[in-house]
Amino acid sequence: MDIDAFAARLRAEIGADRVLTDRQQLRTYECDGLAHYKVIPAVVVLARSEEHVVATVRACAREEIPFVARGSGTGLSGGALPHADGVLIVTSQLREVVELRPEDERAVVQPGVINLNVTKAATPYGYYYAPDPSSQQICSIGGNVAENSGGAHCLKYGFTTNHVTGLRVVTPDGEVVQLGGLAPDTPGYDLLGAFVGSEGTLGIATEVTVRLTRLPETVRTLLAAFASTDQAGAATSAIIAAGVVPAAIEMMDALSIEAAEAAVHCDYPAGAGAVLIVELDGPAAEVAAQFDEVTRICDDAGAFATRVAADDAERQLIWRGRKSAFAAVGRISPDYIVQDGVIPRTALPEVLRRIGEVADQHGVRVANVFHAGDGNLHPLVLFDDAVPGEAERAEKVSGAILDLCIEHGGSITGEHGVGVDKARYMPRMFSDTDLETMHLVRCAFDPDNLANPGKVFPTPRLCGERPGRRQGAFEHEGAEVF
Amino acid sequence: MPVLDDLAVAAGDDDVVGGVPARLVAAPASTEEAAALVAASAGLAVVIRGGGTKVQQGPPPRELDLIIDTRRLTGVVEHAAGDLITVVRAGTPMSELHALPAQQLALDAPPGATAGGTVAANAGGPRRLRYGTARDLLIGITVIRPDGLVTRAGGKVVKNVAGYDLGKLYTGSFGTLGLITECVFRLHPEPAATSFVRAYAAPGHAARILAAQVAPSALEVYAAPGADPEVAVLLEGTAAGVRERAATVAALLGGDVTAEPPPWWGVPPPGDLTLQLTGVLSQVPALVATAVGAGATVTGSAGAGVLHAGFDTGSGSAAGSGSAAGSGSAGSGPAARSGSAGCGDPHGRVELIRAAALRAGGHAVVRTAPPGLRDTLDMWGPVPGLALMRRVKERFDPAHRFAPGRFVGGI
Ligand SMILES: Cc1cc2nc3c(=O)[nH]c(=O)nc-3n(C[C@H](O)[C@H](O)[C@H](O)COP(=O)(O)OP(=O)(O)OC[C@H]3O[C@@H](n4cnc5c(N)ncnc54)[C@H](O)[C@@H]3O)c2cc1C
Repeated sequence: MDIDAFAARLRAEIGADRVLTDRQQLRTYECDGLAHYKVIPAVVVLARSEEHVVATVRACAREEIPFVARGSGTGLSGGALPHADGVLIVTSQLREVVELRPEDERAVVQPGVINLNVTKAATPYGYYYAPDPSSQQICSIGGNVAENSGGAHCLKYGFTTNHVTGLRVVTPDGEVVQLGGLAPDTPGYDLLGAFVGSEGTLGIATEVTVRLTRLPETVRTLLAAFASTDQAGAATSAIIAAGVVPAAIEMMDALSIEAAEAAVHCDYPAGAGAVLIVELDGPAAEVAAQFDEVTRICDDAGAFATRVAADDAERQLIWRGRKSAFAAVGRISPDYIVQDGVIPRTALPEVLRRIGEVADQHGVRVANVFHAGDGNLHPLVLFDDAVPGEAERAEKVSGAILDLCIEHGGSITGEHGVGVDKARYMPRMFSDTDLETMHLVRCAFDPDNLANPGKVFPTPRLCGERPGRRQGAFEHEGAEVF
Repeated sequence: MPVLDDLAVAAGDDDVVGGVPARLVAAPASTEEAAALVAASAGLAVVIRGGGTKVQQGPPPRELDLIIDTRRLTGVVEHAAGDLITVVRAGTPMSELHALPAQQLALDAPPGATAGGTVAANAGGPRRLRYGTARDLLIGITVIRPDGLVTRAGGKVVKNVAGYDLGKLYTGSFGTLGLITECVFRLHPEPAATSFVRAYAAPGHAARILAAQVAPSALEVYAAPGADPEVAVLLEGTAAGVRERAATVAALLGGDVTAEPPPWWGVPPPGDLTLQLTGVLSQVPALVATAVGAGATVTGSAGAGVLHAGFDTGSGSAAGSGSAAGSGSAGSGPAARSGSAGCGDPHGRVELIRAAALRAGGHAVVRTAPPGLRDTLDMWGPVPGLALMRRVKERFDPAHRFAPGRFVGGI
């Protein structure tokens, strides 16, 4: 069936206004947050209901047409990059909070609901949704599930995977399955756990049950300025070694401070080589004691200035610098690559030094702004695309940073995912058997390789024969053939 | 098969799983040896045994040739204190990981449990309220697949989204997808101070603790036919903070601050039939009432919505106090009505309790049952996603030789 006939049939099924094939309209969806990869999809479906998703996926399965899910399109690894001959299924209009159950510490939401809106809905009841990616005002819960997104406060509270207890999923054959539920410990394999972070390659989430967390009684925020990232790194390690688990420990280096200062006038102490933002939350009695300890540790590590947010406005100001950093860097450099890698926290000083060396060697600048508490680096590699050769050099530095992460026992991505962008780095971190094992799961869900093909896995793999005994074990009792 | 000849010995009298005797037992001492063993055992039906604390749970294997014992796969490979992680071999006793210098693997486990077994069973205890279960604390894993290939997932850093999170898939898979040989765990600092609060209070009082700003590490309930229900809370933190929070909890519950937990803390309830019950938090009191009404003793986390119920079926040697006390209690509260209906036929009691769990948005899974009964009981009840689970099993273990028949739906 050609794609026009396919689209016509789909229109008849789910409504003409749900199915786009006009090139101008399709162009809106040609990339996600990683804008240098662009592909115009053959068809875009704007789903309004689970039925729309099911109908579309079934049609794709029938015709063996690949499909790609897209939430808000803020992903930074090209996960929602369309397939040229495929259908892009947009879930961002599925944005209903289906059920709010503060007494059960749960909310049931559609995948297009914006992350921050879950918190907004729950706050009147004294609860919030803990995972807080910096993009939380725009990214969708469905995208968060697919990427297992993190945020500054994941140091204490964990990632999306620790806060999702149930999913309804449309599998690539168009069936709807429930994974997990309202309660924990559903019997059987933890397919929910496997789905979270699978980047749209195992199916499309159409309903998400999330855990709500009690709003803390107290939040206290400290800004500490140091002469160098070495000192700030040492302070981070000392805080952890003291047995304190802050809600967040974020670090910015001189270049990112400079950028943030120019953009939002966050008024960080002048002359800092690095700042740490340390936030503690919880019962007032605990926070008071730990806050004094953290302040003392920062002083001991050489902080030349510390500032404590006196109220919520001051706290917002401290965070504004950090949260604006990515965008702010855009003002001091025409182009930049946002890298995302993880190292053991104790390797911070060494790796930051090495990143500096690599950057110098290649004559590019790197601004560091990151989740220091869990060793999740976000080096911003600055370049000017108009200068011949700079983009290539920036790309080299960016790749070298991932090698440093792997060399130190870390990971090539802490929260932005593999997508198309890092698929080629996967073999540096995993053996062929490791990747093949992941692919076994992929084949169980999607034997025809239709869900977001070309992402996560470095090389296309076939699923081969579907294993023989499709009916499962029951029918074969006593008839094992060895 | 020289590896098999070298490593496997004839099974002894104790090498029985759910009543099914094994022919051979092997205890490899390294991942490499284990991989060679698994490869060489192609065609044999295998059950993996860690500390043996849970190996008798679940249905018996459809077949059993070889028990792979992890007791020689022991030792902490690495403890990176500054990074709060540890790498351990699967057979390492959990007790060793509870007492790392100034740090701990915050997973409650029964005496004798191993790290690998705890992961394979996705075990957790009272402190799951704060720290989660094995699924939340496992950050990396090495597994020998049924085809003998060594595979790793995750890594050594807490934050990591590279590739599928297969650690979650292996966690709670009860040895049906492969042999776990090494685990990487996230650790937590040993708290400076801990305190318990104990009270005689109905399970409904747990909601007060969740609504208060006391950040409990565990919130447990105990209820049994004819006994006054209890609530107990664990608080961890700084000395000053714990003192203040414990006082708040004691006032809310009308209880006492103590240094020690109650005797039922984290202990599976008595009885030859035990179940794990789950449900949404607001339904925990109703769930407890139904189970107690059916003659069961109930312990578990009212903060996480995960309970354990146990009763005597009277079918074995363990018969005695349990069911007798059960019928004796039929006199107080809403539990009493269902109590008289539930006692007696164990199938009926399981059904009654399961119906309550399903109403509460959860499940009831039979963990242990006397052999005769086990074969006729539905151990799991409804399993959403079962067809997909079968497909996963087919991919990992197409010959169905790892713990055949021991998991949901006969997997
Ligand atoms: C300024 C900025 C800051 C950011 N900060 C953070 C941060 O702090 N932490 C962090 O983790 N990320 C961060 N990100 C990355 C991004 O916001 C997250 O990955 C987010 O979860 C993506 O959500 P989305 O709705 O935009 O998903 P999309 O970009 O639309 O899609 C992302 C992936 O999810 C899949 N997908 C989308 N919806 C579904 C669904 N319903 N079912 C199945 N698969 C689906 C897509 O196929 C794709 O693979 C940031 C991005 C920006 C632009």
